[in-house]
Amino acid sequence: MVDKTVLARQFIEAIPHARALNLTLTHIGEGEAEITLPYNEDLIGDPRTGVIHGGAISTILDTCCGAAVMSHPSAPGGTATIDLRIDYMRAATPGQTITARATCYHITRNVAFVRATAVDIDKDLPVATAAGSFTVEGN
Amino acid sequence: MARPRPEPVQVVKQRRDAALRALVDGVPYIRFLDISFDRRGDELTGVLNFDDKLIGNPFLPAIHGGVTAAFLEVTAVITLSWEHMFPRIESGEIDGETIVTDKSIRFPKTIDFTVDYLRSGLPRDAYARAFISRSGRRYASVRVEAWQDNHAKLFAQASGHFLMPQPPKDKS
Repeated sequence: MVDKTVLARQFIEAIPHARALNLTLTHIGEGEAEITLPYNEDLIGDPRTGVIHGGAISTILDTCCGAAVMSHPSAPGGTATIDLRIDYMRAATPGQTITARATCYHITRNVAFVRATAVDIDKDLPVATAAGSFTVEGN
Repeated sequence: MARPRPEPVQVVKQRRDAALRALVDGVPYIRFLDISFDRRGDELTGVLNFDDKLIGNPFLPAIHGGVTAAFLEVTAVITLSWEHMFPRIESGEIDGETIVTDKSIRFPKTIDFTVDYLRSGLPRDAYARAFISRSGRRYASVRVEAWQDNHAKLFAQASGHFLMPQPPKDKS
């Protein structure tokens, strides 16, 4: 059997914008996903501090949530974001890799519900959390 | 008493456009996504200049949902900053030179941001406009709309809350 993790990693890493951000899928399966975003000066949102822009955090959280939905045993295929809310707890520390972890905690025939958290090296203090609903496609 | 003559139009335009350009071009992430801003009076329109690297779904193809969220957030933050800094730009207190280097000038910080995805983002330019619902001393509430070919058919909308930069505390 082909390793589902390898397939999923190739799929996520083939997304042009995921490549532009150097996103790496580090874990996937059973409605859960983990993706990392390495620090990159092109993503700075405030040139005075070097802190990564919230938009890049939104992108890794959105990608991670989508991957979690697709990996759910009840998800037949693709997905698209219906809505996503992001709460920003603190600025990400400049120079550190961001890790997003998402869980698809409920899925129906039409909708998947997902929660996600983004952290840097300090895993106990989230940088941002997300909650969203996604379409379930390919029935 | 006669009122002073208004400033020549070139002077006004030059001052405002230089400040806006410096504000936008000073942020690496805005350059990375290639977002620019059109100004008509005090009204700003964000323009997301399409590029293949913005694609999130290569099969449709469609713009990445994260890019859409980022575009809306950038438009909200720039519109809010512009509104907040405008009196100081007009008085000449801050200009294109100081706007991204002066440590005392800070951007509003996003507290939360919620995006509704109404249609998939087509592989072409997108536009966005932010409306400040309320801007208080500490918090601001902003709504943003984004469209592509037809302004009446939004492809995304968002609303968010922001923490406004606080004036430095008087130590006396």
